[in-house]
Amino acid sequence: MSVTSGSKATTSRRAAIAGREGVAGWLFTLPIIVILGLFLVVPVGMALWVSFSDWSGRGSPFSGDVSFIGFNNYQDLLGGGGLAERDFGISLRNNAWYVLLVVPLQTAVSLFLAVMVNRAILRGRGFFRTAFYFPSVTSSVAITVLWLFLFGATGAVNKLLSYLGVNGPNWFADPSGIVHNFLALFGVTSGPAVLTDNTALGVSYWDWLSGPSVAMTAFILMAIFTTSGTFMLLFIAALQNLSGETQEAAMMDGANGWQRFWRVTLPQLRPVLFTVLTLGLIGTWQVFDQIYTGTQGGPGKTTVTPAYLSYTSAFSNQEWGKGSAIAFMLFVIIVVLTLVQRWVLRERGVSRRRMRAYLPAASETNSSAAAVAAVAEKKDEVR
Amino acid sequence: MSAAVAPSIPAVAQKAPRRRRSGPGRKELIARSVVFAILIAIAVVYIFPFLINVATSFKTDAEAAANPLSLVPQTFTTAAYERLFLSSDFPVWFKNSVVVTLFVTAGRVFFDSLAGYALARLRFRGRNLVFLGLIAVMSVPGVVLLIPKFLVINQLGMYDSYSGMIIPLLADAAGVFIMKSFFESIPPSVEEQAKIDGAGVFRTFWSIVLPMARPALITIIILSFQGSWNELTHFIVSTQSPALTTLTKGVASLASGQLSQGSQYPLKLAAAAVMTIPVAIVFFIFQKRILNASDGAVKE
Repeated sequence: MSVTSGSKATTSRRAAIAGREGVAGWLFTLPIIVILGLFLVVPVGMALWVSFSDWSGRGSPFSGDVSFIGFNNYQDLLGGGGLAERDFGISLRNNAWYVLLVVPLQTAVSLFLAVMVNRAILRGRGFFRTAFYFPSVTSSVAITVLWLFLFGATGAVNKLLSYLGVNGPNWFADPSGIVHNFLALFGVTSGPAVLTDNTALGVSYWDWLSGPSVAMTAFILMAIFTTSGTFMLLFIAALQNLSGETQEAAMMDGANGWQRFWRVTLPQLRPVLFTVLTLGLIGTWQVFDQIYTGTQGGPGKTTVTPAYLSYTSAFSNQEWGKGSAIAFMLFVIIVVLTLVQRWVLRERGVSRRRMRAYLPAASETNSSAAAVAAVAEKKDEVR
Repeated sequence: MSAAVAPSIPAVAQKAPRRRRSGPGRKELIARSVVFAILIAIAVVYIFPFLINVATSFKTDAEAAANPLSLVPQTFTTAAYERLFLSSDFPVWFKNSVVVTLFVTAGRVFFDSLAGYALARLRFRGRNLVFLGLIAVMSVPGVVLLIPKFLVINQLGMYDSYSGMIIPLLADAAGVFIMKSFFESIPPSVEEQAKIDGAGVFRTFWSIVLPMARPALITIIILSFQGSWNELTHFIVSTQSPALTTLTKGVASLASGQLSQGSQYPLKLAAAAVMTIPVAIVFFIFQKRILNASDGAVKE
């Protein structure tokens, strides 16, 4: 560097300080780099290699008797026609239903709680925040143990249901899908041939559409119970950053409470909404602790998730290649869904459909709409 | 601009509630009561399970099945706790959890603040690279690491040992970011004085800046404590022997019935209650900080 070659006293002293800082900087970050590199970066590389190999768990995965088998592990899972493919399909089905129900519900519940708790006039806000957040700090193992009891055949939930005259199911032992159960109420117990005869990943379309099993539904309720508190805090923080002026302006315009929430508050919450949905998506595709502690995939494999399947394939069945391959496909699913969601929720200014409402007479050319949208966005920044 | 506007806002804000307090409209009073009632009902739903948990742990097996909802045991018994502490491996699990949590928390506080300080204040070549690396590492979903972690720990000969349980948990990218943003908020003039007096970089960090970072350090302590006490997957893949079983692993094995016959709900719920106590204590002591800080912890 040019600084080091300087002959003047000041520059050399500055260089000495910069050099000292440089060394210190690397020394200070070294522990973190080594640990994260060794236990996060290297492992991912190793597992990627294992997912392309036939390693059986004995010896080193880099020893001579382990061979590269290309995409075989992935092929077995995605189109092998065997048990591996079917199990993978079932695990995706189970987890997809879990995601489909948990993500919107936990977002809605946490937003609802945040809006309610955030009311300025509410007494005991601290108490409510504490009550709703506490489940989030306790361990997933402890909560699962509690849930197994609450949703047991003779548990608290069924006792409550019996007061209402409902005969509750044996939650964690019931493999029937809730969509199928619902259809059965109308006498539909088997699907049309189109759905039952065609399969994807070894699972018939009819079974894909079964809905989460009753056992999985109990886990879904548990997820909402344990995560809504955390996300509520994120929403509260965002709500407190909103200015009251926009609300007042909307009030002046005669918007009622519901309209103000839907048209004014919610659009302003978009960044947090994005965070909550993303964290939700990432979290729900990784369900593991609950399954490991609770049902271990049962009943009838209806609570097997890809994460759990990846674990059992490797550690119980010694199929390390398959286990790693499942983990990487799960990784891809999470990344892709996050990107899709980013794209769906991207900043677009005001949509053209809505723009028409604001500008009934204006021409609908792209450029003018864009110009107005730009102004609208500017205004939003200024607020 | 906002600073100039700010002083006028409280005046307005103060006026509004005063007017309201002097005479809340009837409609508003009803609305307020409804909101309150709904919140109370939801709070009961959130709290009741934990009350049932504690109550059931003092019941007999038969009563737990017969009266799952009652909060007062008909025959109060501490049999579950006695069995847990006197004739099971529970104390070993507890000890292991304590050991791991203490080391992990201490290590994270030290390493996270070191790295956070370097990224916030020290100018060194490659700083941006380190920063980007941390962000990239943070976005790897944990579940992908289940098998890989085992592979590396095994290769390093750390499998089934305290070092394999503790060392991989010592660094935490999120903690580094919390420390970094805190150090950035401290005015640089504080350190300049120390530098002029001839203090070295580490000395400046250790005795000048770190003591100022107490609020951030407490946040890291809470998060690390909670995280390592509740950690399950890492211990599943890094240990095997009963002597190294942590509470999470042990209680999980209890839950799936590996150590007991029948349902034995009081025993399992007693175990769950005991493992919740330390986290609950930390939570209630630092409640205000946790409830206000977690939004900063998961910054977008």
